[in-house]
Amino acid sequence: MKLKLRIWRQNGPQDAGSMVPYDLDDVSPDMSFLEMLDVLNERLTLDGQEPVAFDHDCREGICGMCSLVINGTPHGPQKATTTCQLHMRHFSDGETIDIEPWRARAFPVVKDLVVDRGAFDRIIQAGGYISAPTGSAPDAHAVPVPKPDADEAFEAATCIGCGACVAACPNGSGMLFTAAKITHLGLMPQGQPERDSRVLGMVHQHDEEGFGGCTNTGECTAVCPKGIPLAAISRLNADFRHALKASS
Amino acid sequence: MRRASVGLKMIMAASGGLLVAFLFVHMLGNLKIFVGAEAFDHYAHWLRTIGNPVLPNEWYLWIQRAVLTVAVVAHIWSAAVLTIRARKARPVRYAHRPKVRGSYAARTMRWGGVIVLLFIIWHILDLTTRTVNPVSDTTQAYAAVTQDFAPSRWWVTAFYVLAMVLIGFHLRHGLWSALQTLGVSNARRQRALKAAALVVSVVISGGFLIVPLGVTFGLVG
Repeated sequence: MKLKLRIWRQNGPQDAGSMVPYDLDDVSPDMSFLEMLDVLNERLTLDGQEPVAFDHDCREGICGMCSLVINGTPHGPQKATTTCQLHMRHFSDGETIDIEPWRARAFPVVKDLVVDRGAFDRIIQAGGYISAPTGSAPDAHAVPVPKPDADEAFEAATCIGCGACVAACPNGSGMLFTAAKITHLGLMPQGQPERDSRVLGMVHQHDEEGFGGCTNTGECTAVCPKGIPLAAISRLNADFRHALKASS
Repeated sequence: MRRASVGLKMIMAASGGLLVAFLFVHMLGNLKIFVGAEAFDHYAHWLRTIGNPVLPNEWYLWIQRAVLTVAVVAHIWSAAVLTIRARKARPVRYAHRPKVRGSYAARTMRWGGVIVLLFIIWHILDLTTRTVNPVSDTTQAYAAVTQDFAPSRWWVTAFYVLAMVLIGFHLRHGLWSALQTLGVSNARRQRALKAAALVVSVVISGGFLIVPLGVTFGLVG
C-alpha cells in the first residue's frame, strides 16, 4: 500500500506546530497503525530527521497509552478498537490519512502526537479509589455482590483511561471517563462509604482541570474503545444529586 | 469556588423542565381557538382572573410571568457559562474534523436556543403587548390571532412555523438530556425515554403549529 500521511508535528509544548505531509510506500495491510508509524520513523531516522513522537505501550489494546485522532476520529475508523489494534487493511491504497493528537486544554501537547493526560490521574486522586485497611487479603467471596451489579461494574471497569472520550467530545468533556469510575466503584459494596465524597471530589477536579461540561451528544461512547455506555453519565449525575442532598 | 458543571446542568434541566410544562399548558389553551371566537376570548379573559377573589385581576399572570422569567434567565445563564467553558476546553481545533455524529437536535441546541429567544421576544411584542400586531385592543384575543396569521401576512406564519420546528428540535434533545442530567435515565430506560422525549416534542410543536397554519389556510376565522 502507498499512503499520504499528514501528521501534526510540534517540537514542544510552546511550539506552534503544524500538519506536515509524508509519503509512505510499502505499507503492508497486515501492519497495525502503530507499526506503520514505526516504519515511517525508521525511515525518518535513517534520513537524519526527527522521528514522530507518539504514545504507545502494550500494543494489545488494554493499557490506554495509545491515542491519535485518525481522520478526525479518535482511535480511527474501527469501532471499539484502540489505535494499536487498528490494522492498515481498513485503509485503502493511496489514501490520505490525517493524524492529530487529542485536542483538549486539559491534555496539553508534550511533543508531536504525545499529550499529557495527567489530568485523568488527578481526577482519580480526587476520589476514584476505595480506602481499604492493609493486612491479609480478605476472602474473594466474603462480600457477596449481585450478578447484575458485578456485570455493570465490570463493564465500567474496562475503561482504560485513554482519553478518547475527551478527544471526541465537542465540549472537551471528560465526563465519560469520570462516570466510568463512579459507576465501577459505586456499584460495589466496598465503594459505598466514600460514594458521596467520591462523586463531589471527582466532578470538582474534572472541572478544575479545564474539561468542559457534558451535553449528552454521545460522541464519547461512539469512539470509546471499550464501549463505555452513556448511561454511566446518568449514574454519575444521580450520585451527584444524591451527594448534594446528603451534604446540605 | 467554580460552580460544578453537573450542578449548572441541573439548573438548566430544572428550569427547562418548568418551561416545557408551561409550553404544554400554553399549547392546550391555544387549541381553544378551534372552538370559536367567543370561547377563545373568554379563555383569554379567564387567564386574567385566575386566583380571584384572593388575588386581584392579573396578579396570577404576573406571578407566572415572574417565575418564567427567572426560569428563562437561569436556563440561559447556565447554558452560557457551560458554553464558554466548552469553548475554552478545546483551544486548538482539529484540522480534520467530521461533523458531530449526534442528532441534528443535539448539534443545534446553542444557536437554536438563541433563535428561540429571539422568537420569544417577537412573540411577546406580537401577541402580548400587540406592538407589532394589527389588533391593538388586548381584550380582542381571537381577532389578534386571526389577523396576525392572515394569508397576506404569510411571512409571520412562516416565522412562527420555523420557530416551532426549532423548538421541537430543542425539546427533543433537551428533554432527554434533562432526564439524563437529573439521573433518571439508565441503560434499560434510555430508548424509552428518548422515544418519550420525541413524542412530547412532536405533540408540543405540532399543537402550536396548527393554530397559525389553521388561520393562514382558512380553517379558523
